[in-house]
Amino acid sequence: MAIPVTTGAGAGIPETGGELTAAGPRRRTALRRFTQAIRTNRKATIGVALMAIFIFVSLFPGLLAHQSPTAFSSKITAAPSAAHWLGTDNIGADIYAQVIDGTRNVMILAITVGGLTTAFAMVIGVAAAYLGGVWDGVLNFVTDVLLVIPIFPLLVIVASLFPSAGNDELILVLSFTGWSYTARQLRSQAQSMRSRDFLLAARVRGERSIYVIIVEIIPTMTSLLLASFLNNALYAVLAGSGLQFIGLGKSNNVSWGTTLYWANQNAAWTTGRYLWFIVPGLCIALLGVAFAFINYAFDEIGNPALRPLSAAKARKAAEASTRRRLASHGARAS
Amino acid sequence: MRLILRRAGFFLLTLWACLSLNFFLPRLMPGSPADRIISHLHGAVDQSTVRAIELSLGINNSQGIWSQYFTYLGHTATGNLGLSYSQGEPVSKVIAGALPWTLGLVGITTILAFILGTTIGAVAAWRRGSRFDSVMPPLFVFTTAIPFFWVGMVLILIFSVELGWLPGSGNVGQLTIPSFSASYIGDVLDHAILPSLTLLVTGIGGWVLTMRNNMVTTLTEDYVRMARAKGLSSVRVMTDYGARNAILPNLTGFAMSLGFVVSGAILVEYVFNYQGVGYYLLNAVGYDDYPLMQGLFLIITMAVLIAILLSDVATAILDPRTRTAG
Repeated sequence: MAIPVTTGAGAGIPETGGELTAAGPRRRTALRRFTQAIRTNRKATIGVALMAIFIFVSLFPGLLAHQSPTAFSSKITAAPSAAHWLGTDNIGADIYAQVIDGTRNVMILAITVGGLTTAFAMVIGVAAAYLGGVWDGVLNFVTDVLLVIPIFPLLVIVASLFPSAGNDELILVLSFTGWSYTARQLRSQAQSMRSRDFLLAARVRGERSIYVIIVEIIPTMTSLLLASFLNNALYAVLAGSGLQFIGLGKSNNVSWGTTLYWANQNAAWTTGRYLWFIVPGLCIALLGVAFAFINYAFDEIGNPALRPLSAAKARKAAEASTRRRLASHGARAS
Repeated sequence: MRLILRRAGFFLLTLWACLSLNFFLPRLMPGSPADRIISHLHGAVDQSTVRAIELSLGINNSQGIWSQYFTYLGHTATGNLGLSYSQGEPVSKVIAGALPWTLGLVGITTILAFILGTTIGAVAAWRRGSRFDSVMPPLFVFTTAIPFFWVGMVLILIFSVELGWLPGSGNVGQLTIPSFSASYIGDVLDHAILPSLTLLVTGIGGWVLTMRNNMVTTLTEDYVRMARAKGLSSVRVMTDYGARNAILPNLTGFAMSLGFVVSGAILVEYVFNYQGVGYYLLNAVGYDDYPLMQGLFLIITMAVLIAILLSDVATAILDPRTRTAG
């Protein structure tokens, strides 16, 4: 289940397979296009910059915070000070250290769930489309059921059955329930290619199904897979933090959602400890924005129709296309 | 029509899958549900109490698991959802008390978000490249990425704690007596403003972005050019030719977004202590109150399925192609 932000990102630009010799230079131009996009597309620039910051913090938390995020102290719910930039929580632990150290857990959650859901979806969606028949029927039914069942309440119930769930359990539960939307997209993409010549050629060559799926079909879906990864990572951040916020999972897990849970439990807004919940919440929002902006920028790169234009440029482009149309109509008429 | 019937059949199967999940999930976990409930009662439980709790959960150790399963299905089909021991009432009664609040809050907010978001998206695409279009989409990408509960907390901080304009907790004032008076209805509305604003702020973005992207594609179609060439007014081209067609994928997206809305509603009800379905669900989780959890999950699923079915009907009415395809 993803948030419907993109319009089936990049679908409809399947690259032709089979040009194995051209793979080297093509990849290099793709890389150049990508770096150029980061520089020229403002959303991509912001998204990548934010992401770089979060990755840095999650790799080297020790450079930024020197206190323990979980140590008890006698200074309970202290106001922000030079020693505790964001104050301390109800057991006297430093909130700034919780935000910095929590980054790693959230990043691991986002990246693993994004990767796992996309991988599940890929296997299930492509297998359904390629194998057809009974397999398609069964896999499609499971996908559709998971797609319409409200996942969050289900997650709440499942999480309540694991009272001591840490990050790993959260990752597993989110991954097993979050693949259906992507699987549906990948299935229809794979189905639209079933009768394409290069797949027919592979089958005539006598290749096995597994080879055709991995070598021929999956490479054509790179852009869709990437978009799904980003979308599902965003989903993981929001759903995971939501579950931690309502107190499901281990309450001493160092994570933004858990910090927010304690802020809420101690009614941080009535005691004036605003930074206690504003900062971790803002971190979730900014990480979410990083994933969403990168995704949105890819969407624009993959689908030229969505690229932002200046009004003048738009008018010029419309005129040019009208002229071309008129010319081609004229040619047909004569 | 055949399409709708087929969808309804699929939903019945989905409902059955949900009931099975409901039944087997607690039983797959180590320890029986009865043991967990008893652990809340702090020891001091005699054998007959254990038996009574097991009975109320539908656990009957003399029966096999399959006959328990069919008993459960039969009870659910006849509307017997069991007893919620944390509320001390039948589950159906708790649901009847909670459901109108959630339906009112979520239903009205979702429809508002859909109308507002679709309009903003259509206008942004129509004035493509304008200042409106360069500000709106990135703004809404931002709002879709903010967590619901955090928006709720910030709104409480601003409007309830700092300004003191609106109540930040509960669905009616604690001293308000339910009646059909203007003051009671006003009180209900006062309490609904902040929760629905939270859902609106975070929910509207998806509609804006999908609508804008659909509309941008639709506006390049020949029939839009034709409508312009006929000299129709631009409002008419935008609404009847552009938006009318661009909205179709959005209606399908409506079904997809409902899960998102439900999760938002649960979190928002938790933050605002708004006593709807989500509030009771989290309450039930806190007390290991399985009958109530199962009943609420069932009712949430049914509500979502009915809403999806309605959006299918709307798509079939607006788009003749889906009618012939079925």
